[in-house]
Amino acid sequence: MKQTVYLSIGIFFGIVMYKSEAASWFRIYEMFQFGSFHMYGIIGSALVLGIIGIQIIKKKNLKAVGNQQMQLTPKNKSIARYAIGGIIFGLGWALAGACPGPMYVLVGSGYLSILVVIFGALLGTFLYGILKNKLPH
Amino acid sequence: MNWIYNPWPWYVAGPLIALIMFLLLFAGKQFGMSSNLRTMCAVGGAGKAADFFKFDWKKERWNLLVVVGAVIGGFIASHFMSNNIVKINPNVAEQLSTDYGITSANEAYMPPELFATEQLSNPFVLLVLLVGGLLVGFGARYAGGCTSGHAISGLSNLQLPSLIAVIGFFIGGLVMIHALFPLIF
Repeated sequence: MKQTVYLSIGIFFGIVMYKSEAASWFRIYEMFQFGSFHMYGIIGSALVLGIIGIQIIKKKNLKAVGNQQMQLTPKNKSIARYAIGGIIFGLGWALAGACPGPMYVLVGSGYLSILVVIFGALLGTFLYGILKNKLPH
Repeated sequence: MNWIYNPWPWYVAGPLIALIMFLLLFAGKQFGMSSNLRTMCAVGGAGKAADFFKFDWKKERWNLLVVVGAVIGGFIASHFMSNNIVKINPNVAEQLSTDYGITSANEAYMPPELFATEQLSNPFVLLVLLVGGLLVGFGARYAGGCTSGHAISGLSNLQLPSLIAVIGFFIGGLVMIHALFPLIF
C-alpha cells in the first residue's frame, strides 16, 4: 500500500516536471539568461505556498501518517558546505541543464543520453562520500 | 484537447510542486530528489569504500520508488500529453543559435545537439554530460540537497542554510552560462 503511494507521488511529480517544462534544458538555460519569468514563477509560487503550509503545520502541530513527527528537522548550521556545495551544484545544473528530479523524468521520456548525466551524478555522489572527511563543512 | 498538450503555466506547476512536498511530509518523508543517489550508491556496495554509504538503505527504499514513479511520469507525459516542443524567449533562442549553433530552440524539448543518442559518439558531448552530472551529484551531497531539497523544502521551512545553498546554486549557474559557456561551446 505504502509502496503504491510513493510510486504514485513519483508519477505525479514526473508529469508535473515534464508538463511544466522544468525538465527542459532550454528552460534552465533561459532561466539563467533571465529570459522568462516561467521558472522563477514555478519555484516562487511553490515556495510561497510551502512557507504558508509549513507555518500552518507548525502552528497546529499537525502530525504525519501514523501520528509521527513531520520531517521538518532544522538543517545543520554551516556556511562553507552550503556555499561551496551550492556553487558546484549550480555549475552542473547549468552545464547539464538538469537537476536530479528531471534527470529521472527524462529517462522516461526516452532521452538515453541523460543516463550519462545520471551516471556522472552517481559518480559525483560517490566521490563526495570518499572525500567527505577532507572537505570543509 | 489543447489543454492536455499545451505546457502547464507556472501558476499551475508551482502549486502542484508544493502539493507534492506536503504529500511527502504527511507520509512522514521529506521532499528531496538527490538523496536517492546516495541510496543507489549504498545499494551498489559503496559502503565498502566510505562510511557515508554505510546506512540501512532498505529504510530509504521509498525514495527509489519515487524515482521509478518519476520515470513512469516522464514516459506518460511525453508520450500522451505533449507535443514535445518547448517555446522559449525568441531572443534567447536566437542567441543560442548565433553564439553556440544550437538551432533547435522552439523546435524540441531537449537540444538534439547535446541529447540526441547519436551524439554520444562525440567525445566532447559525452564529456559535457558526464561532467555536468558529476558536478550535480557532488555538489548536491556536499550542499546536503538539490533544487527540491533546498529551494523548495528547506526554504519553505525558512532554513538559512538552504538560502545559502540556493544563492550558491544561482551563482554557479550564472557563472556557467555567462562566463564558462562561451569558453566551452
